[in-house]
Amino acid sequence: MSALTGSTTRLDGAVRTPAFAPPGMVRNIMTVAVRELRDAVRARWFVLYTLAFAVLGLGISYVSAVGAGGVGLSGFGRTAAGLINLVLLVVPLMALTAGAGSIASDRERGMLAYLLAQPVSRTEVLLGKYVGLAGALLACICLGLGACASVLAWKGDATHPASLVWLAAMSFLLALGMLGTGMLLSVMARKASVATGTAVFLWLCLVFVTDLGLMAGTMAFHLRIEELFALSLASPLQVFKMWSLHAVDSSLDVLGPAALYAVEEHGGSLHLIFAACMTAWIVVPLGCAAVIFSRRRIT
Amino acid sequence: MIEITNVSKRFGRSLAVDDATLEIQAGDSVALWGVNGAGKSTLIRCMLGLLSFRGTIRIDGHDVRKRGKRARMCVGYVPQEIGFYDDLGVAEAVRYFGKLKGIRMRSTEGVLERVGLLGHESKRIRELSGGMKQRLALAIALLGDPPVLIMDEVTASLDVAGRQEFISFLSELSGRGRTMLFASHRSDEIANLAGRVVVMERGRIKSVQSADAFAEGLDSHVTLHLLIAASARGEAIAVLNRGGYSPTMNGVGVLVPVTARQKGGPFALLNKAQIAIDDFHVLTRHDVGHVRGTEGSTA
Repeated sequence: MSALTGSTTRLDGAVRTPAFAPPGMVRNIMTVAVRELRDAVRARWFVLYTLAFAVLGLGISYVSAVGAGGVGLSGFGRTAAGLINLVLLVVPLMALTAGAGSIASDRERGMLAYLLAQPVSRTEVLLGKYVGLAGALLACICLGLGACASVLAWKGDATHPASLVWLAAMSFLLALGMLGTGMLLSVMARKASVATGTAVFLWLCLVFVTDLGLMAGTMAFHLRIEELFALSLASPLQVFKMWSLHAVDSSLDVLGPAALYAVEEHGGSLHLIFAACMTAWIVVPLGCAAVIFSRRRIT
Repeated sequence: MIEITNVSKRFGRSLAVDDATLEIQAGDSVALWGVNGAGKSTLIRCMLGLLSFRGTIRIDGHDVRKRGKRARMCVGYVPQEIGFYDDLGVAEAVRYFGKLKGIRMRSTEGVLERVGLLGHESKRIRELSGGMKQRLALAIALLGDPPVLIMDEVTASLDVAGRQEFISFLSELSGRGRTMLFASHRSDEIANLAGRVVVMERGRIKSVQSADAFAEGLDSHVTLHLLIAASARGEAIAVLNRGGYSPTMNGVGVLVPVTARQKGGPFALLNKAQIAIDDFHVLTRHDVGHVRGTEGSTA
């Protein structure tokens, strides 16, 4: 045993132990979250995504109105249905890439090790980043959808505030799920570029391959309608699509036989089913990320 | 103040820290000394809870695994190279890390004045020089006046002037009853800051000495690095062997261990044998470790 027993410099009674306890979990989470939110809103990705979201939203509003026989911007209820497809494309990409860059890029810069050398736990750092980025995503969604609503209102058309709020709320839930998934990728990857690349690949799979996979699966395995519906619930994008359309138009005719089956079979409990699925997509990836992050080596 | 008991850390097959046991009393200033890869930084990272390990580490009685936040409240940490958020302002960074330590600051002036950064509060971190960044890291480490200061090769990325300036800052701190533990492979840091030296080699604690004894050991034996033409090196080795020395080749010359008072002997022998010496360096024991370590890693 190597023991250092001598003291080279000692002041009698001068060894100071901090009299105050470390900050609590909520306080640390909020400290990290505010820092993350400030960083995010200053970042280019936030500005670009918000602009893209707003501009495309306005374009969709206009096109859907023209397609319905009217001229110009009109009818937010119909436009909301068009915006769902935009949300399906933009929000998952935005949330996945934001989450994927969060932990991995800090680790690469050496910032994470320095941060975790402070009196803050890994769970607090992870949740703080999650809350901060969620705030940035909420701001982006509200600004994008708010721009569409403002223009429609300015043109004198009905905006159906309830539809807008529903769409914003469900877009945010989808963003939370995808953000947690992105953070899961971030804690697993060694490099930020790998995490972001994997996030983009996952986005492609969710957006394009899921639909095609469901169709192919139905044809190849002669899936029954209830099996097709159950499989649809495995994809957060499908859940968002069905849930948001169900909120706008309870018939779900536009989504085909599986959705029709869902309405007939589950009726009033559909909201609960969709909420449970979305909650699982929010909690499970974030929980997995927390467990993996607590065990990862920080270099 | 710091108790390290049977700590081992393995990275795959490599044992980075091998059964290290060490006790550091309050007020001690202790240097971890060793070549790159000796296990100094790994041991520090274990103390900060950044790496999992076998054994027990307690700081001021708090187990770093079970009560990590409380243990880190007692520690100010200065890393080798700080990886701050580049866009953060100096004062903003101090406030941010102060919040994480549970300190509410009305003004950052006093903190920054302490390390000579007063007047730089509004600068972005990316605008600071390496030395200023290290002083900022020191300012943050000293927030809340923690009883323990842990530093990991803090002057490695600084130029000569920056290093001397930083060491003078630290030597002022070391005389005020604060426990200091720092990893270093620079003899000037040891001479100025350490009361005790823990020598690490291949993950093991090889010895614990007073700083004076360590300095004497460094000075009593040196190694001559003689740069000799490749065609004459074999003959030079033979001549030195016959003269009672134990020379070895190192790729660009010959290494000859000698006592500090007999450095002229090998020169006289080689001169007599008419072997030309193009240049020479006098290496300390640590420098030799680096020369050999470099060769080993590139072979």
